[in-house]
Amino acid sequence: MSYNLMREFADSWGLLAMALFFVGCIAFALRPGGKTQADQAAQIPLKDD
Amino acid sequence: MKFGTEIVVLSLFAFAALVAAGFGVEGPFRQHMGVLFVAVAGFTAILLRNTDFKPAAPVDTSAYMDGPIRYGAIATVFWGVVGMLVGVIIALQLAYPHLNIQPWFNFGRLRPLHTSGVVFAFGGNALLCTSLYVVQRTCRARLLGGKLAWFVFWGYQLFIVMAATGYLLGITEAREYAEPEWYVDLWLTIVWVAYLVLFLGTILKRKEPHIYVANWFYLSFIVTIAMLHVINNLSMPASFLGSKSYSAFSGVQDALTQWWYGHNAVGFFLTAGFLGMMYYFVPKQANRPVYSYRLSIVHFWAIIFLYIWAGPHHLHYTALPDWAQTLGMAFSIMLWMPSWGGMINGLMTLSGAWDKLRTDPIIRMMVMAVAFYGMSTFEGPIMSIKTVNSLSHYTDWTIGHVHSGALGWVGMISFGAIYYMVPKLWNRERLYSLRLVTWHFWLATLGIVVYAAVMWVSGIMQGLMWREYDEQGFLVYSFAETVAAMHPFYVMRAIGGAMYLTGALLMAWNVTMTILGHQREEQPMPGSEPALRPAE
Repeated sequence: MSYNLMREFADSWGLLAMALFFVGCIAFALRPGGKTQADQAAQIPLKDD
Repeated sequence: MKFGTEIVVLSLFAFAALVAAGFGVEGPFRQHMGVLFVAVAGFTAILLRNTDFKPAAPVDTSAYMDGPIRYGAIATVFWGVVGMLVGVIIALQLAYPHLNIQPWFNFGRLRPLHTSGVVFAFGGNALLCTSLYVVQRTCRARLLGGKLAWFVFWGYQLFIVMAATGYLLGITEAREYAEPEWYVDLWLTIVWVAYLVLFLGTILKRKEPHIYVANWFYLSFIVTIAMLHVINNLSMPASFLGSKSYSAFSGVQDALTQWWYGHNAVGFFLTAGFLGMMYYFVPKQANRPVYSYRLSIVHFWAIIFLYIWAGPHHLHYTALPDWAQTLGMAFSIMLWMPSWGGMINGLMTLSGAWDKLRTDPIIRMMVMAVAFYGMSTFEGPIMSIKTVNSLSHYTDWTIGHVHSGALGWVGMISFGAIYYMVPKLWNRERLYSLRLVTWHFWLATLGIVVYAAVMWVSGIMQGLMWREYDEQGFLVYSFAETVAAMHPFYVMRAIGGAMYLTGALLMAWNVTMTILGHQREEQPMPGSEPALRPAE
């Protein structure tokens, strides 16, 4: 596998895949209905001791 | 027999070190193996003196495993004081070159001792003990494995001792923040994999269905550092009984590998790991949930996706291809957003409880840490812009920047976490003294301000002097003239560092007295108790 081949893959499909994954993560975090679950998760450290 | 296996394995390990000390092909390696022998044999002797043949007491596996965390908290404070002391010494060496004691204590050998001492010994132990503290309490599960955590703790201390003594003996790979030679790197790899197994295994046996965000940050730190460490240290030893090795990369590829490692050591060791600390200890100390949990998720993914590309900004105007330099610069600027998102999230956790800033010096310390996180991640992207970098690069400005992040963010958040954890770990009602925390806070804050401000002036002056041309195109200043001009700033910098060190010494005193179970008789913090009012 040559440098050029890897480079071409990295700045086309690789870049696209990572960008989509990132956007997917953000969209999932901000999805409607995610707030209740997030608020519960935020309480985790305060629940014990 | 208590410690039976450990004693046998460690004795063999010590014997191997002794053999290597005898058959090593060069002097420094033989001396270094001698150090290893003394360290391992001494540790084995301590185990032998503490062994017994009684049946082992049953372990309460429902309780959290806090023994290694207690040791880790003490190690954090100890290495912090050592690393900062070496920092003040090398600051004085720069101001007064006569303080260079050849060959073991010259600047070239003490400087990596300082950087590794504060980053890996102080910061590393802080991350190690807080991560194990946090993961148990947010997963509601005991650490995986009986002795794995002890192996990780003591194995990491051995790494620190071997790295530090190697530098003093002149053994170095000369790779920034990764100076230890191949055999110490291999040892760290083993310890780090054990740490990953310990942390991940504890997450896997959690009773809490959701993995709290602090653990995400800690896990990303552990995984990324494993990857960075292994790739950056790919090298071939010249002899298996010698200290010298050669990197698998050469030329500009090697330079980029080093800064891919170096910048992500900052990004994932000094940022992601300590953000994990922030997302647990700030809500705990403020007794309020994090301002926005969803923002913390966005913060996490943005840090993960952006940070890893920023390294090339350390190689502006070098043989690195222009597109790679621009890529590094663009990603560094984009990092502004997650950094400030995270800072706002940390600070706003206090919304509705701002009065705690007045009454609780530990919260004050954490808030100052988050503020410095915001400030140094604001300065960093600016410095990564090529035109700014042409002035700032290779000057003291860079040193000032890294210290505003390291002293301000990493140091202060760790102090806050230590002050929070120590009374809990030793079942004390409170710290020995809150007033001492206030003293620590002001000494540290003023020390950083002196340090950073002085380095701005010195660095910008240095950069401007280097690029000053006269009308005929000759450089106006020789290099030695720029060094002479910086002398007063070097003295002031040492004073700023000494103030910060004094604060750390107060912490060491405070933590020691807390562990010993003392409480100082002192006036409560103003406002912390409701004032008595006359009946009307």
